[in-house]
Amino acid sequence: MDNPKHGMTLIVKTITRLTVGLILLFGIYIVSHGHVSPGGGFAGGVIIALSFIHILLAFGKEVALKRISYNVASFFESLGAIMFITLALLGIGSGYFLLNFISKGEPFRLFSSGLIPLYNVAISFKVGAGLFIIFVILVTFRLTKKDDRE
Amino acid sequence: MMQNPLPLFIAIPLASAFLNSLLGKRIKGFSDVLSSIATLALAAISIYSVFLIKDVGSIVYKVGGWMPPIGIAMVMDSLTVFMLVTINVVAFLISVYSINYMEKYTEKGIFYSLFLLMIAGMNGVIISGDMFNLYVFLEIAAISSYALVAFGTEQEELEASFKYAVMGSLASSFILLGIVFLYSYTSTLNMADMAMTLLTNGPSRIVLLASVLFLMGFGLKSALVPFHAWLPDAHPSAPAPISAMLSGVLIKSLGVYAMVRIFFSVLGATPEILSILMVIGSLSIVIGACLALGQWDFKRLLAYSSINQIGYVILGISLGTPLGILGGLFHLLNHSVFKSLLFLNSGAVEYSTGTRDLQKMGGLREKMPVTALTSLVGSMSIAGVPPFNGFWSKLIIIVACVQSGHFVHASWAVLASIITLAYFLKVQKHAFFGELKEGLSNVKEAPFFMKFSMIVLAIICLAGGLLMLPAVSGDFLKAARDVVLAGQDYITVVFGAIK
Repeated sequence: MDNPKHGMTLIVKTITRLTVGLILLFGIYIVSHGHVSPGGGFAGGVIIALSFIHILLAFGKEVALKRISYNVASFFESLGAIMFITLALLGIGSGYFLLNFISKGEPFRLFSSGLIPLYNVAISFKVGAGLFIIFVILVTFRLTKKDDRE
Repeated sequence: MMQNPLPLFIAIPLASAFLNSLLGKRIKGFSDVLSSIATLALAAISIYSVFLIKDVGSIVYKVGGWMPPIGIAMVMDSLTVFMLVTINVVAFLISVYSINYMEKYTEKGIFYSLFLLMIAGMNGVIISGDMFNLYVFLEIAAISSYALVAFGTEQEELEASFKYAVMGSLASSFILLGIVFLYSYTSTLNMADMAMTLLTNGPSRIVLLASVLFLMGFGLKSALVPFHAWLPDAHPSAPAPISAMLSGVLIKSLGVYAMVRIFFSVLGATPEILSILMVIGSLSIVIGACLALGQWDFKRLLAYSSINQIGYVILGISLGTPLGILGGLFHLLNHSVFKSLLFLNSGAVEYSTGTRDLQKMGGLREKMPVTALTSLVGSMSIAGVPPFNGFWSKLIIIVACVQSGHFVHASWAVLASIITLAYFLKVQKHAFFGELKEGLSNVKEAPFFMKFSMIVLAIICLAGGLLMLPAVSGDFLKAARDVVLAGQDYITVVFGAIK
């Protein structure tokens, strides 16, 4: 991870190492509190993706892709979508597509509002992994093009 | 669930698209089977819906159990069912065709995922009863089609895809802007509720502005002249099954259907809008036909011919008379069948000979009898030769033009029909008849699944004329016409069907 040839300077790497865990944690917080405070699956997913993109920028492509490879990210992206559509289809069993069929609980508690937190988790998988993949593809696309020219 | 199959039209293609991306790479042959089963199920449910609608009348589905107009509604009436049958039957045959055709590309799984996403988007546009939802699904279908046009990733395909993406995004922006203006004026997004508010508030300039924006947006989506410039690049560049899908159903569901639904059911078709559409339709007919005549690239010729034929659809519907609308909708159905067939033919020729240039082909009738015969059926249908389906729909449109006193439009339509015959005779002469060209002696007929799709579509072309029989068309074609004709009665239908 500390290969000086790759990535940015020592200052950036040190700061990244200190903050990246906090960014990931903040993303998870935003996702899990999506139904009681501003934010939710999309915003949290973007922040989760940013924590990995942060590593990619500071330490280089190899280090970031060792942590979460393209295939793993692709798997999570599809999983998020499948999870969402499964939850939506489960609602048909109780009457309607996308019906929030489990107990809503007490408002403003963490465990409340039925299926909404689960939908948020599904969206965060989809958005987080999707955004990370888009970033990786943009980076690798530029690199291969440069190789062709040489 | 079978009383209310509406969400399945979105859930099935979406779920199979993502299952495909999850498992398609890991299990060999999984994508082929899954995509064919999913599209077959959709086709079966859509045909079942024809009978369902006949029994119970229009259906409104409350998504998540929320009451419209606050909640999102899905609406199924006869026009919806008509479009769903058109889309899903063609999509199934194209999916079967792709099993063999897509072998020459590497990422078959990605292809099927995008293909199914496009179907989900189109079905969503058709069944949505909510203005903003319509826009969201329109974007799903459009964005997956941009990716599919670029699927070959050659320079030419990427360029076409970029052009298509720019024009398509422009169209989507116009549509979104139109929706924004209508929302600011009516404070509702539910289509039926919006129509009711517009009726009580009376005419307004902001509605006129929104109409113009919709005209531009959906005109671009359905590639009417003068908004057609992207189509001849985008449609030939895609793989053949996708060309068939784009020309066959995408421009109709995103362009024509959405335009008809908004102009007739929500805004109420004013004579001004109809006369503009009539002129645009006639222009598309003539200009599309003339441009197609000069093409030597098989698929490019078919793309220009799509502009020509979509002009007939718009001309028929914009007459506003019962006969005209019937003809327009019938031609919409017929065009989706024979244009898909012809694009699949061009794909089969390209698959076997490796070229799309008509001047390099010749005498393929001996080597590819099935392709030659089915393309003859398709060409004769599109040119309007009896007894094929294209003849009947064109006849109805021309008779409707004459009946309502639009003799100039009728004469353009007749003239362009002759030009259509001319350029399809050119295709037949150079590609399939004549002497076998050198270097084509090793050409083989297309594989089984490709032949299967082409033969089924050719049979539908031949049998399509039967839809003119009153006993057959009553619940399907005429019911769809009645929905368009009823216009803003859509309000009572939707609010009456909410339970």
